Amino acid sequence: MGDIRLMKGNEVIAEAAIRCGCDGYFGYPITPQSEIMETLMIRRPEQETGMVVVQAESEVAAINMVYGGASCGKKVMTSSSSPGISLKAEGITYLAGAELPALLVNIVRGGPGLGTIQPAQSDYFQAVKGGGHGDYKLIVLAPASVQEMNDFVDLSFELSFKYLNPAMILSDGVIGQMMEKVELSDFKPRWTAEEIEKISGSWATTGKKKGIKRRISTSLDLDSAKQEVFNHKLQAKYRAMEENEVRFEKIDCDDADYLFVAYGSSARICQKAIEIARAKGIKVGLLRPITLFPYPTKQIQEMLGQVKGILSVEMSAGQMVEDVRLAVEGKVPVEHFGRYGGIIPTPDEVVEALEQNFLGE
Amino acid sequence: MTEEIIIAGFGGQGVLSMGKILAYSGIMQDQEVSWMPSYGPEMRGGTANVTVILSDNRISSPVLKKFDTAIILNQQSMDKFEADLKPGGTLLYDPNGITRHPERKDINIFKIPGAALATEMGNPKTFNMIIMGGFLKVKPIVKIENVQKGLEKSLPERHHKLIPLNIEAIQKGIENVETVISL
Repeated sequence: MGDIRLMKGNEVIAEAAIRCGCDGYFGYPITPQSEIMETLMIRRPEQETGMVVVQAESEVAAINMVYGGASCGKKVMTSSSSPGISLKAEGITYLAGAELPALLVNIVRGGPGLGTIQPAQSDYFQAVKGGGHGDYKLIVLAPASVQEMNDFVDLSFELSFKYLNPAMILSDGVIGQMMEKVELSDFKPRWTAEEIEKISGSWATTGKKKGIKRRISTSLDLDSAKQEVFNHKLQAKYRAMEENEVRFEKIDCDDADYLFVAYGSSARICQKAIEIARAKGIKVGLLRPITLFPYPTKQIQEMLGQVKGILSVEMSAGQMVEDVRLAVEGKVPVEHFGRYGGIIPTPDEVVEALEQNFLGE
Repeated sequence: MTEEIIIAGFGGQGVLSMGKILAYSGIMQDQEVSWMPSYGPEMRGGTANVTVILSDNRISSPVLKKFDTAIILNQQSMDKFEADLKPGGTLLYDPNGITRHPERKDINIFKIPGAALATEMGNPKTFNMIIMGGFLKVKPIVKIENVQKGLEKSLPERHHKLIPLNIEAIQKGIENVETVISL
């Protein structure tokens, strides 16, 4: 067995970054995710692995430091919470436009505006539908446990370098602030420039040497024809992600008459709701999207012959439910249940919503 | 076995750290654990509570509305959480500062004079471990040796000299818990 600890989700993000060979973290503090940078500052990874940790002067500076590090082929990351991610949105679309790998972590808090510091899932649209301008997509992973906070750091970097596209861990104050048992990953050495080239090709701007073509890291092309060709390339990449990278978990779906669709902390609450509902004789299961982009559209469609109704449970006013409805195409009723503004739904409330919507109670 | 516990009191009483030590003790006996604090713009002297779950199986929701056990350390928490116990559940409280004692008849109720015992021990910081002892007497879900290991894991090395005092406090709690209602 590996290194087993009791840790907060936020602390685990930091520890996992050090252990997976991350080269640099650039951030600016904001509740409820400040423990990420705090943990890194306490751990002093520059003395251990050489990983650089910088508190930037602002979110805008931090994301542009990420752009700089990523351009050089480094494994770099930033983290923030909702308002901070909005500030980073310009840099994020530039990363996507320049086809640069990076890990972005959003520990979501209630909005809009400065909102509250309590947990929410109201940044789903921002994460999967854009957030910044232009036709781009992020790879979005939604951990539902502290263990997955550990596992998805390495996975995000892996996918990010595979597709040369920024990846986001979309979590919230529940998973960030709670402690659970976690088995930490083993230490991996930081990649050398040669290893990065082997893994993801010759693109990093590491200094033009004799006999090597000049490399440019940019998202600007004033020639529309070329820009369209480039957009086709991006779209092909997103289709490949949809083909190959969908991740999901099904719980108690085999005999289910009804289905919850929920991600992250809401998925945990739904698991308890399943226990309560099944004790009352209501056969309900859970489909938990792990990747929010690419979305498990096909996996939801596969349930359509079986279930009589789908309840999308989110800590938002109804965002992911739109993707559920796109998948379902009106074939079965799809309803939404959510609490927002920092309120966490209780499992009993979820069961009540299921009964009210589908069982006429 | 799954035990869903709420520990609630004032900030500064050691509510969160008691939960953490309990969770670590669960890990020491190979259980799944979760520790979910109430989270918000808190301040010293305000209320603090933490939901701790220990289970032999994968834990579903870390956020709960109904509990097997409530450990209640001030009046506000009594008002808030007495009703949230499952029928047949267990309520353990310190009568210090309590003006309205628990009223339910369908739960087990125990009391422990934690604040008074801590003063007697000459160290108010032993309070939460005295309460922990009382809890372990009425719900022996973790072994004392695993609590000892949990303390070793959760306390920084420089505080390890305090572990014997903590174990003594737990013993004190075990010896001094009183039954109010036992179903």
